Amino acid sequence: MSEIREIERPVPAGRNAAGGRDLRSRIGEIRERAHAFSSRHRSTSVVIGLSLVAAILPLIVLLPPLSGFSSQPVWVNGFTIAGIYVLLALGLNIVVGLSGLLDLGYAAFFAIGSYSFAFAASPFTGVDVPFWPMLLIGAVLAAVFGILLGAPTLRLRGDYLAIVTLGFGEIVPIVFLNSSTYTEGPNGIGGISPPSLPSIAFTSADPWPWYITMIVLIAVSMIFIYRLQDSRLGRAWMAIREDELAAASNGVNTVTTKLLAFALGASTAGLAGVFSASKLTLVSPNLFRFDVSFTVLAMVVLGGMGNIWGVAVGAFVIFMIQNVVLKQLNILFDNIYVPILSDIDFLQYQFLLYGIALVAMMLLRPEGLFPNRRRRRELHADESTLGELGDPMGATPQ
Amino acid sequence: MTAEMTVVEPTPAEAAATGILLRANRVTRRFGGLVAVRDVDLVIPQGSIISIIGPNGAGKTTFFNVIAGITDPTAGTVEFRGRALISRPRRTWLEPIGWFLPALTVLALALVVGAPSAGQVGIGLTGLIAIGLLVTTLVIAIVRPPWYQRLLAGAGIIRSARPNDVVMAGIGRTFQNIRLFQNMTVLENVLVGMHLQLRSNLVDHLVSSRRQATEEKDAVKRARDLLALVGLKGRDDELARNLPYGDQRRLELARALGNTPALLLLDEPTAGMNPRETADMTALIARLRRDLGVSVLLIEHDMRVVMGISDRITVLDGGERIAEGTPEEVRRNPRVIEAYLGKPPE
Repeated sequence: MSEIREIERPVPAGRNAAGGRDLRSRIGEIRERAHAFSSRHRSTSVVIGLSLVAAILPLIVLLPPLSGFSSQPVWVNGFTIAGIYVLLALGLNIVVGLSGLLDLGYAAFFAIGSYSFAFAASPFTGVDVPFWPMLLIGAVLAAVFGILLGAPTLRLRGDYLAIVTLGFGEIVPIVFLNSSTYTEGPNGIGGISPPSLPSIAFTSADPWPWYITMIVLIAVSMIFIYRLQDSRLGRAWMAIREDELAAASNGVNTVTTKLLAFALGASTAGLAGVFSASKLTLVSPNLFRFDVSFTVLAMVVLGGMGNIWGVAVGAFVIFMIQNVVLKQLNILFDNIYVPILSDIDFLQYQFLLYGIALVAMMLLRPEGLFPNRRRRRELHADESTLGELGDPMGATPQ
Repeated sequence: MTAEMTVVEPTPAEAAATGILLRANRVTRRFGGLVAVRDVDLVIPQGSIISIIGPNGAGKTTFFNVIAGITDPTAGTVEFRGRALISRPRRTWLEPIGWFLPALTVLALALVVGAPSAGQVGIGLTGLIAIGLLVTTLVIAIVRPPWYQRLLAGAGIIRSARPNDVVMAGIGRTFQNIRLFQNMTVLENVLVGMHLQLRSNLVDHLVSSRRQATEEKDAVKRARDLLALVGLKGRDDELARNLPYGDQRRLELARALGNTPALLLLDEPTAGMNPRETADMTALIARLRRDLGVSVLLIEHDMRVVMGISDRITVLDGGERIAEGTPEEVRRNPRVIEAYLGKPPE
């Protein structure tokens, strides 16, 4: 039984110990096997996993409690927007989770992606570049800006890097805000064209094409990021996160490696930006304020830094809490009067709630909701050795 | 996107002709008013084990860091395989001017040709070209491809090698305080050490090419060989931080060997070890020279190790070289005895 305990810390014992434990070992075995499969066939498992999720999500919302909130198309539309944040979190995970560079201005690259599509396909500029090549162009543009931001910050680490990136994150939307001749200033650019495919119409009434496009984008990004993580570049990123001087002393070119992290992280944000501009048909500077950077960072941290699936799920969960749960709480307490709670607008307190959630998380589960195995081992090394010595709490019945 | 410097390897004949792997010429390093290293010369012949000893604060580690490319010397040069590797950076302030030159040239040309009179189109086009050139030069300056490096050298702008350039030239190192990648596995640590041996690039990573797959497979095999060599066989998946102290030192050595260095810089490899571990480590270093043909530059406090293994010893005190010679010569040198034990009473 001891090897199972290493995989999963024992939950407090149930009454039917024998049966429960059997089930637990079975689950542990299945998890082991799934893990082995997914590490051998990364791309296949990403595609399978995402297709399953993509198929199940629209069905779940047909069930009673969720179906009461809104209709299926509205839900699917919401999932699509959540997907934008999943993409953002996946990209930021490269910079923060894998390379250990704290970036607080990530929304800037999102803005650059969005505005690049707004310039390329809107009545404002009168140009109409199709959506699909612009996905690539937006990503590349954002990557170039990622390098330009990365270059002067190469010597900085930790707090200092955070401050500089924070500044960059503020500068970009303000530039878009103030150069009103080219960007319509605070009004933003509207009427941005949707993607076009021969037989499929992307309209605001039909969420499905958007939803499927989003899933494909996420799948492609996840596959690419997994491959990067498992490559020598991914190892170099982790080495820089662990000890930059030692990495350089082992031949890792820290300059190009860090710039690549910035560039690839930014390009994912650029992708998300192009999609979001097309989906919302509007870009305006206040879509890219600091709170976007912060939200995405919170998603990465809460989801489990460094774990690609964890970050994706974390982003989805937080987006849903932010946009569904809080709203439903408001509606609920509007209908049922509870003295204090009914007077609170929960949406206004979302950052307070983030803050509390982050602090609680750091105290209780510092590895994130869905940690990667390594980080879990790191942070619970003491406990697992304790577990090997014997069960101090007597949780396992004799 | 792996635009690392390629170092021109001397032909074996060249190396054999001189027989000298590394030559440090009058290396000086000042920190403000403090002279940590003053005019130190050092020669490392091919295949030898050279030690640097000296009391604490003698400047051993500073000298080491100069050779490893971590600190630039205030004066002096380091030649490796007959090629200047590290020297005092000169005229580096000229470099940023070079970044703006192409863009400024285009602007000047446009003025001469008369682009502004062509109206909006002319101005816009000039601006776009200038900005494009500026971004290109900046990216080149950041990535530093080899030809850019040569261009700089040609223009008299000397920049000394970065730590990773030093590794590429064929020098590996370990640290006085172990600096492993604590939260990576043993195998991953060695694989990072082999970073420069692997040639797959960003495109390979993204398409997960066959080339990369075979390369990784070979790399893992070689990493396991290296681990076996230092005595860490079968511990691939342990986290580096969970290894006992002595094994961490061994792992650091294996990692440094990953890039197949011709010269190993070992900074107190037996510090904090018990006599038995020390003996093992000494034997290991001797074996590395015999089996892999690496030369070793050693900083060490344990005199049994130093005297037993070194071909020649350099003694530093107060940043200066006070003695150099075979272990026997150094042992009898009165200045060395004085530096270690103090002046004998008159």
